[in-house]
Amino acid sequence: MSGVLDPRTSPPFPIVAKTMLGDSQLRKNVRHATDVIQTKRARVVGEMPDWQALREAGRQIRSHTMENLDFYLEELERNCTRAGGVVHWARDAEEARQIVVALVKESGSDEVIKIKSMTTEEIHLNPALEAAGIHPYETDLAELIIQLGEDWPSHIVVPALHKNRQQIREIFQKKMNLPELGERPQDLADAARMFLREKFLRVKTGLSGANFLIAETGGVCIIESEGNGRMCLTLPETLITVAGIDKVLPRYQDLEVVLQLVPRSATGERMNPYNSIWTGVNAKDGPRNFHVVLMDNARTEILADEEARQTLNCVRCGACQNACPVYRQTGGHAYGSVYAGPIGAILTPQLQEMHHAQSLPYASSLCGACYEVCPVKINIPEVLIHLRNKVVEQKGVSAEALAMKMMGMVFMSERRFRAAQRMGRMAEVPLVRKDGQGVGWIGWLPGMLGGWTQVRDLQEMPKETFRDWWEKRGKDGK
Amino acid sequence: MASEVMASSAKAEILRRIRAANGRASSLDAGGVEAEWTSVEREYRRGTSREREAVLELLEDRLRDYDAHVVRVANTGVAATVAKILSGRGKKRMVVPEGVAAEWLPAGFEFVMDAGLSATELDGFDGVMTGSTLAIAETGTVVLQNVAGQGRRAVTLVPDYHLCVVRVQDVVETVPEAMARLQQTAGLTTTFFSGPSATADIEMTRIKGVHGPRFLDVVLVA
Ligand code: SF4
Repeated sequence: MSGVLDPRTSPPFPIVAKTMLGDSQLRKNVRHATDVIQTKRARVVGEMPDWQALREAGRQIRSHTMENLDFYLEELERNCTRAGGVVHWARDAEEARQIVVALVKESGSDEVIKIKSMTTEEIHLNPALEAAGIHPYETDLAELIIQLGEDWPSHIVVPALHKNRQQIREIFQKKMNLPELGERPQDLADAARMFLREKFLRVKTGLSGANFLIAETGGVCIIESEGNGRMCLTLPETLITVAGIDKVLPRYQDLEVVLQLVPRSATGERMNPYNSIWTGVNAKDGPRNFHVVLMDNARTEILADEEARQTLNCVRCGACQNACPVYRQTGGHAYGSVYAGPIGAILTPQLQEMHHAQSLPYASSLCGACYEVCPVKINIPEVLIHLRNKVVEQKGVSAEALAMKMMGMVFMSERRFRAAQRMGRMAEVPLVRKDGQGVGWIGWLPGMLGGWTQVRDLQEMPKETFRDWWEKRGKDGK
Repeated sequence: MASEVMASSAKAEILRRIRAANGRASSLDAGGVEAEWTSVEREYRRGTSREREAVLELLEDRLRDYDAHVVRVANTGVAATVAKILSGRGKKRMVVPEGVAAEWLPAGFEFVMDAGLSATELDGFDGVMTGSTLAIAETGTVVLQNVAGQGRRAVTLVPDYHLCVVRVQDVVETVPEAMARLQQTAGLTTTFFSGPSATADIEMTRIKGVHGPRFLDVVLVA
């Protein structure tokens, strides 16, 4: 499975998903991990009486930033430059790769230590570095497992959650040459510590993504837990940070919102073990050369799509993945991209100019769980419907497009959505035919929805909505 | 230079695309953006809701929850407490940043001042002892900045053990209170830590200490 997850070459979601459904070990690992995070998340979110106010502030800050993105990027560049950093701009992945490769070469090193960064995964930076004779070492434990296992990340926050300890042990035994290695998580973490410490102390160039860029100060903020991030940010002589233009925050003060929202949403922690904030270069602390590469790579196209631009508000916490019943069944690889789960289903097609959109926006049950957990209130179902609509428009089937538009309206508000589910159950009664097992099927729908049921049967709406069932199931602790 | 031409055109192109996406042709004026930013609704908690003592207890609880060891001492008892903790852990040779309070350092141990030690040299110490800028009770977080007594980031990162002194007047309850205090020194390199280094990447089991210090003691000084 080595190589890269490339949406242009990956098979469509339903095909990979089918294979993944057959991998019971993977499903078990994914289910276990997402269960643990979700339980922790629910507990620490429950501690916050002002959670909804924080989400709303988060949403407003992110939307405000997107509306004034050019202003804040220029402010960021000014302040970062004043503090001794160098800002580069990249229109697309190719340009970003070229800039990074050139900067690493300039640093005089043919090795780099890397902090986990989905942005660098997005642009397939590691193969580009290797092709240029530069060896990248992933230093996040999960990314190290993926790199040594020649595997792909399957989750934004916990990329190796599809591997269990026996599988990790086998990878480490082979790749670190440690035949005696035990399988306790502590043994595995100790092995990673030993393996990487030598690299931290030796390699002179570091490479990172960014959780946030702060326009007001020109600073960068990285959130992590292991300390590998701090190692890469602090010890090398040169540090190169690659960030999407969407990562900017207006003010230092805005961290007070995201630093409350992100750790609780991402890993169910009140605060992650480490946050680092640095601004340019500091003569006596950390790298002497600092570069930040601001990358567009289709983000401005998303910005131009009025109904989908809220996708850019994403802070990559992964909460929607953990909450998504489809993701939990199929794991991350089925999405054919480093961005999996509900956020992947909307972000990937848009980053790829609707390539892969034929299947990904359908990789959802539209149950709304992702919307409910999203710390910045991205209405993922609404965007999914919008993208389905776009797909259908591309195909030119107008009735389905219209139906999707209507559904889009319904998804714009949770109240409307729930109401429609109730109404739907009442309105469909005359249409339902029972099959032999007493399961109801709707063979046709009246009016303009007829086109849809021409090609498929619609199962009778259940007595209980999926969302209600899912919530109840969660409460029962199953 | 050709690459510079390319770079400046990339910037111009990206800014142009953003403005087009937002339905504008030119840049914005700072006053308008500022006014809009100010109007973001911030209905979340900004201040303290607990009594002082309850805030300190909350900090202790949350730090312990994160596998840190916490002791509270009176101002005059710091050195004696440090001595007790260090002997208990069998630590003898500690690195300290410049400007750490001399009265915190007990006799009988070796405290080496960091004067730009290499990472490998730092790796050779039993641990590091520092002060702190502030602590956030609700999240169990301590904040360090590059100032006297706290030093550069590598010093509190490479050694396997960290003993950190937090003064009660520097303890706040919530994250917004912390950010308000940090605002004045926002340009300094800053590290937030909540307990020792940890990972949950293997089957979601919390494992202490991957690359940062594996053991953390906090002395809370009244
Ligand atoms: S869409 Fe929301 S929940 Fe999903 S990763 Fe982004 S911020 Fe988190």
